Amino acid sequence: MSETYTTIIGLEVHVQLATDSKLFCGCSTRFGAEPNTQTCPVCIGMPGTLPVMNRRAFELALRTAVALDCEIPAFTKWDRKQYYYPDLPKNYQISQYDLPMSQHGHLDIRDPKGAFATKRVRILRAHLEEDAGKSLHDEVAGKGDSLIDLNRTGTPLLEIVTEPDLRSPLEAKTFLSELKLLLTYIGVSDCNMQEGSLRVDANINLHIPASSTDPPRPGCPSDQGKHTIATPIVEIKNMNSFRAVERALEYEAGRLWHEWQETHRKLGEVPKLTRGWDDVAGVTRGQRSKEESSDYRYFPDPDLAPVTVSPAEVELVRGSLGELPAALRARLQDGFALSSYDADVLINQGQAVVVYFLEVAESAGDAKAAANWVTQDVLRVLKETNTTLDSLGLPAARLAELIRQIKLGDVPGPRAREVFQAMIERRVDVAAALESLGIAAVDESELIALASKLLAANPKTISDVRAGKAQAVGALIGQAKKQNPNIDPTRFREICLQLIETAL
Amino acid sequence: MSLSRVEVEKVALLSRLRLSDAELDTITADLAKIVGYVDQLAEVSTEGVEPMAHAIEITNVFRDDSSSESLPREEALANAPHHDTRGYLVPAVLGE
Amino acid sequence: MPFFEQSAAEHLRNLETGEVSSVDLTRSYLDRIAALDARVGAFLRVDSEGALRQAAEVDAKRAQRRPVGPLGGLPVAVKDILCERGQPTTCASRILENFRPPYDATVISRLRAADAVLIGRTNLDEFAMGGSTESSAFQVTRNPWDLERTPGGSSGGSAAAVAAGFAPLAIGTDTGGSIRQPAGLCGVVGMKPTYGRVSRYGVVAYASSLDQVGPFGQSVEDVAMLLEAIAGHDPRDATSLNEPVPAYTKEVGLPLANLRVGWVREHFGQGLDADVEAAVRAALGVYESLGATLHEISLPHAKYAVATYYVIAPSEASSNLARYDGVHFGHRTNEKEMLAELAADRKQLETACDRQGLDRLDSALVRMYRRSRSEGFGPEVKRRIMLGTYALSAGYYDAYYLKALKVRRLIRQDFDRAFGQVDLIAGPITPAPAIKIGELAGDPLAMYLLDIYTVSANLAGLPGLCLPCGRSAAGLPIGLQLLAPPLAEARLLRGARMYEQATTWNTTHPEL
Repeated sequence: MSETYTTIIGLEVHVQLATDSKLFCGCSTRFGAEPNTQTCPVCIGMPGTLPVMNRRAFELALRTAVALDCEIPAFTKWDRKQYYYPDLPKNYQISQYDLPMSQHGHLDIRDPKGAFATKRVRILRAHLEEDAGKSLHDEVAGKGDSLIDLNRTGTPLLEIVTEPDLRSPLEAKTFLSELKLLLTYIGVSDCNMQEGSLRVDANINLHIPASSTDPPRPGCPSDQGKHTIATPIVEIKNMNSFRAVERALEYEAGRLWHEWQETHRKLGEVPKLTRGWDDVAGVTRGQRSKEESSDYRYFPDPDLAPVTVSPAEVELVRGSLGELPAALRARLQDGFALSSYDADVLINQGQAVVVYFLEVAESAGDAKAAANWVTQDVLRVLKETNTTLDSLGLPAARLAELIRQIKLGDVPGPRAREVFQAMIERRVDVAAALESLGIAAVDESELIALASKLLAANPKTISDVRAGKAQAVGALIGQAKKQNPNIDPTRFREICLQLIETAL
Repeated sequence: MSLSRVEVEKVALLSRLRLSDAELDTITADLAKIVGYVDQLAEVSTEGVEPMAHAIEITNVFRDDSSSESLPREEALANAPHHDTRGYLVPAVLGE
Repeated sequence: MPFFEQSAAEHLRNLETGEVSSVDLTRSYLDRIAALDARVGAFLRVDSEGALRQAAEVDAKRAQRRPVGPLGGLPVAVKDILCERGQPTTCASRILENFRPPYDATVISRLRAADAVLIGRTNLDEFAMGGSTESSAFQVTRNPWDLERTPGGSSGGSAAAVAAGFAPLAIGTDTGGSIRQPAGLCGVVGMKPTYGRVSRYGVVAYASSLDQVGPFGQSVEDVAMLLEAIAGHDPRDATSLNEPVPAYTKEVGLPLANLRVGWVREHFGQGLDADVEAAVRAALGVYESLGATLHEISLPHAKYAVATYYVIAPSEASSNLARYDGVHFGHRTNEKEMLAELAADRKQLETACDRQGLDRLDSALVRMYRRSRSEGFGPEVKRRIMLGTYALSAGYYDAYYLKALKVRRLIRQDFDRAFGQVDLIAGPITPAPAIKIGELAGDPLAMYLLDIYTVSANLAGLPGLCLPCGRSAAGLPIGLQLLAPPLAEARLLRGARMYEQATTWNTTHPEL
């Protein structure tokens, strides 16, 4: 069926910017507080109160826009978008209409499995606006009331709108993953969908090859010069994960195709519809929309001053961004031979972890080992102890030293994790950790002496091996470990087998 | 330009006002007169003139991102005509 | 001279020398209000207890030789549109009848810091929308010079309070002339500072890009004193100007040398009352006699100012007043009745099988909004909300709102050119003296046209001042308006003081 039509998808992504306070007042943006405990006269919209813009929110928005390679106009302003809703206490949202702070950027996406070619997704615009509150419908006992919680009201959001460049639900999902990677990497948002820090609406329609039954409509510019017909656009809401976005779009593409076959209705013949995704049922459902609700009566907010940004300021921001995930991923894959998966795990952790990894890898001279240690052990400890790299107490140079000494055999492989743990707990280098654990590298002669002794005491092992049961050596390894926990079992096994052979 | 009553009714809905028939009559007449007067703006040549949304035009006014005390919840809700201990109550907003 | 005819500056000298205490002074004013305000209706609420307590605190400070603020112990009346923590702030509207803000307006904080005595809240046109104080939901305010006439508006209560000797000083707000016009009609001095000179934080918004707080007093000196106390940058108001505040009280006494006074050709056209024109021309003559030169100037777009204003102000108002919806504060309709009405409407439509009607039926929430707002707002407020919503709605935005913003710039550019030639502009404040109560009821456009001389200053952000310059044949006050470039308040005050010292118009008072 995929050959019969092309799926056209555009996304609108709302990202909560990582500020301490709200966009226009000093209330905290912390998630999860009791309803209406993080509000003040300004975000409740009480009479006479005025908004004053959070500098950090603007900086984070600018940082994102530059990272998305957007044009940054020299002048931007704030507008009021007017509609009545109880979670919007002023009954207007401060947003940006005709002069957004950024526009015409792009983000490249690629599928590691090669389902689609690397492509450039154009960003139409990204603008800064305030969030609304929440209406809780089911928590009020009885009656028909809804409870309004304004904690979220006034939280800074960046709305990122793509051009309709995506051609499949997988591309949409991949775009969102790549966007999230970028935003978390540059530290502008935690992009936590469960907490609402990242929300997605999708616009979708189908382009169907024109057949003789559907010639281009005369006078309809969208039909002319094309050999395709566009179906009406549907906006999908209520998708709570990237997987849900993918599923909803898959479902909706199929539904649109059926609808087209039944109705042959084209773009422009019906108003844009909104449908909500029901994740449990796996379907989209039509949502009621009132005709007048689309008249938002935007006008410039007289309470807020416009903002000007000079090209020099934009360059300063660009300079501060450093290497972005796409370039970094390429470097980690090409220069350090990491898998795409390992590269993304590292990049997902943000700039500090990547810089740490690069230091470890370069200093240890083994990128693969460095990647394993950082992605498995370092990240695990960070998570378990809820600390940051700065306070971890394991400078990159020390981890690199550990990796080098393991390779040289100075640190016995089986006890490397213990050494790593001790280095962190005691905040010491490899030598001190080894000493504290009583680990000394066992040299070859010691191993040979130990093997000779144990073989002499276990003639049955020798005969078993000679009879072709090489695994009989295993029993000796256990005994050897008891006598010296630092032995390298692999090496010990080799020595035993060698001794048995040479004794022939 | 003349305003129809249907248009005025639409504006009343957008404004979330409910007007009686008598009020609608009066306000339709009033608005028609006022809008008729305001229509003289059309005769002013404004080609190339930048709109002026602020009386005094200043730019880049910011506050620092530091969080401050919020209102105690009882105080925040004190002026609400209908609320419980946790929040504002309104007729169900489902399906709006 | 009776106490209530003395200026604030004189009272302050007496307070400082100990000749009078703040408690005595405050009590005198409270007694006068109690005796006479029933006839004027200037105050919505008088806070006798609170005022006397504040007065006693100032007296105690003086007695203990602790520092006392620049308004040390002077009663100040405040328009009921500035928020005061825990106190009713009604905007003369039913919709805010029970609203008690949990915060102070910055101006209220500054008045407290200056040791003013907040004596009471004055009446206004509902949400400051009007020019006669008649649209107040609560009471009529009468002009102390003729109780059959309005005091002007929207700060009519504040102007009448000062004119009637109920308070030496008062605070008003001016969006399209709401300080200057009632000052002129009540024969007192009133000033609208440069937009952004005084913080708007906590001042309930009518039209945010035009609103400005300002002082009323019996003399230019008093107005300078009150302005100095309330002016200055406020980080909570992003439109407030970060500029130092000159010592207006010191500057006001210095006459301006080589003063160039402009008079506007377009101000003296048809519709200007003969008495008003004569008084204003005489005032220009006074300036000439003081050594100033007179210059005829032109403000070619002045005639579009009212049209421009009545697009921009209602547009902003329609948005600013959207928040009064009965959810988070303010009046809410009776919900039981509302739900019963909804059920009845639905039943009727269902019986009639009117599916279209059912689709269009307002939900409980929309119904609650519409009923609450319609019950809470008076007709003038509804009219302006409707007008503004219309001007901003799809299809009309460019023709009305955007067009008005462009004409606004042309109006400002006219002034910029004019102030290249002159230092101050002088002219009438209103086409005629105060109108009778009810005279223009039912003709809103006629009422709007009275704003012809005042709205330009708001559109352009300029400071303006009105002071008495004569009496009509019927004995009504006539005001002279002076305008200056942005932030030239000191020049404005000095120019006004020159005139005031050369005349005696502010020494006569109405008899009540």
